[in-house]
Amino acid sequence: MTVTPAEATVNGGAWKGFKGGLWRDAIDVRDFIQQNYTPYEGDGSFLAGPTERTTAVWKAITDRFPEERAKGVHDVAYDIPSTITAHAPGWIDRDKDLIVGLQTDAPLKRAIMPNGGWRMVAGVLETYGYPVSTELEKVFTEYRKTHNAGVFDAYTPEIRAARKAGIVTGLPDAYGRGRIIGDYRRVALYGVDRLVEVKEQEKAELNSLSAGNRSLEETIRLREELAEQIRALGELKVMAAAYGYDISGPATTGREAIQWLYFAYLAAVKEQNGAAMSLGRTSTFVDVYLQRDIESGLLTEEQAQELVDDFVIKLRIVRFLRTPEYDELFSGDPTWVTESIAGIGVDGRPLVTRTSFRYLQTLYNLGPAPEPNMTVLWSPQLPQGFKEFCAKVSIDTSSVQYESDELMRPRFGDDTAIACCVSAMPVGKQMQFFGARVNLAKTLLYAINGGRDEKSGVQVGPDTGAVTSEVLDYDEVMRKFDAQMEWLANVYVHALNVIHYMHDKYAYERIEMALHDRDVRRTMACGIAGLSVAADSLAAIKYAKVTALRDETGLATDFEIEGDFPAYGNNDDRADSIAVRLVEEFMKKVRKHPTYRNAEHTQSVLTITSNVVYGKKTGNTPDGRRAGEPFSPGANPMNGRDTHGYVASALSVAKLPYQDAEDGISLTNTVTPDGLGRTPEERIRNLAGVLDGYMATDGFHMNVNVLNRDVLLDAMEHPENHPQLTIRVSGYAVNFVRLTRAQQLDVLHRTFHGSL
Amino acid sequence: MAVLLGSDIPTRPATPAAVVTGRPSEGSVHSWDLSTGVDGPGTRFVTFLAGCPLTCLYCHNPDTWRMRNGKRTSADDVIAEAGKYTRFIAASGGGATVSGGEPLLQPVFTGELLHRMKYELGLHTALDTSGFLGARATDALLRDTDLVLLDIKSWDRDTYEKLTGRPLQPTLDFARRLADLGQEVHVRYVLVPDLTDDPADIEGVAAFAGGLGNVSRVDILPFHRLGEAKWRALARPFTLHDTPSPTPEQVAATREIFRSHGLYAV
Repeated sequence: MTVTPAEATVNGGAWKGFKGGLWRDAIDVRDFIQQNYTPYEGDGSFLAGPTERTTAVWKAITDRFPEERAKGVHDVAYDIPSTITAHAPGWIDRDKDLIVGLQTDAPLKRAIMPNGGWRMVAGVLETYGYPVSTELEKVFTEYRKTHNAGVFDAYTPEIRAARKAGIVTGLPDAYGRGRIIGDYRRVALYGVDRLVEVKEQEKAELNSLSAGNRSLEETIRLREELAEQIRALGELKVMAAAYGYDISGPATTGREAIQWLYFAYLAAVKEQNGAAMSLGRTSTFVDVYLQRDIESGLLTEEQAQELVDDFVIKLRIVRFLRTPEYDELFSGDPTWVTESIAGIGVDGRPLVTRTSFRYLQTLYNLGPAPEPNMTVLWSPQLPQGFKEFCAKVSIDTSSVQYESDELMRPRFGDDTAIACCVSAMPVGKQMQFFGARVNLAKTLLYAINGGRDEKSGVQVGPDTGAVTSEVLDYDEVMRKFDAQMEWLANVYVHALNVIHYMHDKYAYERIEMALHDRDVRRTMACGIAGLSVAADSLAAIKYAKVTALRDETGLATDFEIEGDFPAYGNNDDRADSIAVRLVEEFMKKVRKHPTYRNAEHTQSVLTITSNVVYGKKTGNTPDGRRAGEPFSPGANPMNGRDTHGYVASALSVAKLPYQDAEDGISLTNTVTPDGLGRTPEERIRNLAGVLDGYMATDGFHMNVNVLNRDVLLDAMEHPENHPQLTIRVSGYAVNFVRLTRAQQLDVLHRTFHGSL
Repeated sequence: MAVLLGSDIPTRPATPAAVVTGRPSEGSVHSWDLSTGVDGPGTRFVTFLAGCPLTCLYCHNPDTWRMRNGKRTSADDVIAEAGKYTRFIAASGGGATVSGGEPLLQPVFTGELLHRMKYELGLHTALDTSGFLGARATDALLRDTDLVLLDIKSWDRDTYEKLTGRPLQPTLDFARRLADLGQEVHVRYVLVPDLTDDPADIEGVAAFAGGLGNVSRVDILPFHRLGEAKWRALARPFTLHDTPSPTPEQVAATREIFRSHGLYAV
């Protein structure tokens, strides 16, 4: 894909001082970074605090948060279906904004995006008391089909039943799938015109219907998609022009680089209400520009930080209009503006720059916050100064998550970013079909009840014959569990195929895909929830004596346990090997089913906050968990059953095989400050050590909260005193005060690891 | 936070317990745990042995007082459990700590554990003790111990006895022996209002510790009542029920006294 850049760009202008390489001749941001970044091995002492301007702008926004929290939304642009160019430009403060651009014409004003589904839009407008335009209703029900309508046209009765029973949940069939990261850096490095030229070329190559190994349909679909991508890039330019910027050419300064990049991201969040709208891996890219400006005397450290702070303010106020039911699943109004920081290059140089620090410094300059979802790609090889700065930020703000660069780099390379919580993908080269998750704990109950739902009594799964003995036999239960999982994997992948077919057709991510290579790798990202409950239940059946208690229709609705059993979360192979086996088995079954666009099968062990909702939908389980009680989040062991400290607990989780859960394995740890040591310095060193230890033992992901329970109790009673209190939940962070009461209690009941 | 690497491990012909008894060692183990920053430096595999000759008024683990509260456990089993963490600890920094209860109530078993933790697993080793039974620690045991975490609970003889039910002298004798051996020691002092907060008392411990020359750190541990529930469960009266935790100012003042004797106190 060769398009020669204008001579002017190379010599005098935007690329002045940048070292050459492949990136000049082809779209290759990674190569640009590798040729030009300046690794930083020092500590955080160079960092600058917030300017008065930053503090004033941030205050203007935070002053509106209490009202937004109380009402659910600040305001809604209820009558304009959002596109890249639909809304007039808006500012927080026109005189003070350094990085400009808002989703609508005013901050915190949410947009409607009906391509995902009209019913959801209408429902949510009614919920929040906004008028529902009859004209728009006619458009999106009579003239223009939506994703949601398409999906339900093609769902089978079996899929509908599984969905209704809650054994398959959270499917992106009524909302945007998200988890696609445009390479927003491309706009800054190349300018829009160059990207359009390349896309035109990519499209021209498909003019012959026999191009490549594609079928007729595939070729036509791809040509239409490329046309849409090109159109979206044009709209991106129009949108930027409305703010007074011409982004047809490359960015020439650090400020422009951030602005161009942000415009590209903004176009995506103007058009897509995706579950996770992640940013990518931008800090070290941006650093090249900031470093060039600082070296040439154009910027001071304070000014560089101020630009980053202002950019992060914009990322913090990304908003989507969502239903209260959605918030119950994914609470705290998350947007997963995930930014992946640091990691190690394949050449062994750490990808840590001063701007990696500057991004994290925003958690001090603006205070703690859940977004952007700061994600450090951790390796024991990272410079000590950076490791300790990360640990310090975690201890002070509980706003950072860590993922193993050691597990990702060999598989995905060194320009990989996390989408959402734990899903790794090389930026601009891979996307995923997000698939939510299935409830394994409930599936186990289906095995015991021959496919009947333990709550409704309805036959949902196949009739594999109920277990009829009083005392449950491990081998028999396992055999039947296997059969139910086989059925579930089939229904599940089928549902996902329908969803993603329709999403491509009716709610295609034009601008995000315009910032990808044409031929991307796609994954079908399945997921499982309730792993610890299922594993512990099986351990109980195997090592203790579990008696089923049945109702008059023969449905096992409760269980009596006699004797002790080993629980997942104590680094005890007897229980952990069961969890490992479930991950392997379900993955194996998922892989049997063909996928839309030949996506590669993956799965995650991740729940977000929906562990609470899944628990609500699941009856009593053989591990002693009562009906309705929350599951543990993600791959976490059940609360209170991990009795040997968080390291033992973490090492149980680390046994889950990443090769069978390449979409990520989430672990959330909450420690009290005392549980890390006695002085601030040793807490920092010790936390950095724990992260080194976890990644060195094949752990994949760790959310770290450093909190005292008293603080959370106080925040429940006096939310007004803790507006920015942030805690990490499965794979993301939330404002604690924005959780529902049930979710706050769930967090409180989780194990706090500390010292006595 | 030194961690021995494989190549540094000297080979020894036999473990102490095997030498003494000619059979595999067993002990009474209350529990094991992984902790960070509280039982010695870094992240550590901590074995809590059951049984203690002291009955400290503020004990937060009164359920470890009796040896029969523990479970007969072989050293092999403890080492196998600890062995699951060597990779982690090699990366995180840390080691293994034998604690209790009072580990020196089972000196042969404790010696066996320390020796094998150090030489089989290559871990930095710590012994957490009140020193009351210090005389039972053989020189060999101490050679296998990289760090002693030594509680000196009071300088005042009467207070010490009132607090622990035992005399102070053996602890001081043990501390001097460790100093003679040049053994690294962290002293721990639990600060309890109206019990161990007399400046003269603190001054006594500080002057003694400062004079030893081998004390690299002093931890001032503020008293808390988090262990009270365990006393209730054991139907024992918790006499410090009304005692508050010391204020940050009291803790800072205590730290200053230790620092005035040239000690690193936190």
